[in-house]
Amino acid sequence: MSQMTDSQWPLWEVFTQPGGGRPHEHAGSVHAVDAEHALQNARDVYGRRGEAVNIWVVPSAAICASTPEDMGPFFDPGNEKAYRHPQFYKVPQGVRVF
Amino acid sequence: MTPPLSTADDATRQAEFEARIARGESIEPKDWMPEKYRRQLVRMMSQHAHSEIVGMLPEGNWITRAPSLRRKMSLLAKVQDEAGHGLYIYCGTETLGVDRQELVDQLLAGTAKYSSIFNYPTLTWADIGAIGWLVDGAAIVNQTMLAKASYGPYARAMVRICKEENFHKRQGYEIMVTLARGTPAQKAMAQDALDRWWWPSLMMFGPHDKDSPNSDELLKWGVKKKSNDELRQRFVNLTIAQAKAIDLTIPDPELRYDEASGNWIFGAIDWDEFWRVVKGDGPCNRERLAARRKAHADGEWVRAAATAYAAKRAARDAGAAA
Ligand SMILES: [Fe+2]
Ligand SMILES: [Fe+2]
Repeated sequence: MSQMTDSQWPLWEVFTQPGGGRPHEHAGSVHAVDAEHALQNARDVYGRRGEAVNIWVVPSAAICASTPEDMGPFFDPGNEKAYRHPQFYKVPQGVRVF
Repeated sequence: MTPPLSTADDATRQAEFEARIARGESIEPKDWMPEKYRRQLVRMMSQHAHSEIVGMLPEGNWITRAPSLRRKMSLLAKVQDEAGHGLYIYCGTETLGVDRQELVDQLLAGTAKYSSIFNYPTLTWADIGAIGWLVDGAAIVNQTMLAKASYGPYARAMVRICKEENFHKRQGYEIMVTLARGTPAQKAMAQDALDRWWWPSLMMFGPHDKDSPNSDELLKWGVKKKSNDELRQRFVNLTIAQAKAIDLTIPDPELRYDEASGNWIFGAIDWDEFWRVVKGDGPCNRERLAARRKAHADGEWVRAAATAYAAKRAARDAGAAA
């Protein structure tokens, strides 16, 4: 067998949740042999100062993403519907809606 | 003659790309980018990552000899941060389609560049103060600019790093303050460290703009927002008052304040020394590489154990499922 690739374990994407009920956010990535190891590495790399109250690790290969080429057609349905915004609707002057 | 289709395509894409840069948009890994932009980023980011990793060595040298438990804890945490900085930037570089293994191999083979400041020796405890104050101080000036770089993953890594660097600088400056206000021998030690680290710190910003071959392209593509000379001047302006406050003398007889520009004008930098160190003939180039190789080799059993443990667990899980 050829020499072991000694620092190139699989890549995992790391998502950290800051305190205060905020959503998980992508922090970066780590190399690790398995999920448990990835969590430990993620804690050491992305949470040395209490930045995270919770961590997700996901094999990088498992992430599906939209491509930049999709930009136009893929997001169009959301871009051209002005009636989804409150400003689209008229209310009599002087009435407080919010 | 009409150009082949792909060339015409590339020209259009390049124009679109440059328009995006001009609008201040952030370029993300899957976006189309000119091959030269990608190559410049790989070069710059990998050198930056290597610098963080090699940067652990001069300071690691003093962890066991820190003068108090408080100082030892700070230095340990600081050096650990630098390992983290290396990992953030390696991971950013991997988004450009490079394997970290390749970069690590280049560093260990001695073919990669890293900041030449780390090829100077740390002779006394005051050097740990001078490094935090000056070297991390210079790094902050540079990295604050890079936090607005056009490549998203690089900029985000810099934002994370900048938050941590302030601790590095303050712990270093605190060491300098303590020594400068200590016994005459301690103060002399602080001055000696400043004397030795001042000029190499100014060199950290790289050659003068007119001698910096990559600068134009990096500025054009928004990877850098300010030139080497602008950043160096900013660092000098910030640092002079900090030296005065603790009554240490900047080792530059030509240093003077220029009312008109509001800048501190400094003397000539010894670029021969700079190039000598960059090309491998600094005081510690060989020692640093040897230490890095030894650390990597000494960690081999840990990596082997982790791999074997994961394989064993996977086999056990497979057995349980069967
Ligand atoms: Fe750093
Ligand atoms: Fe630092």
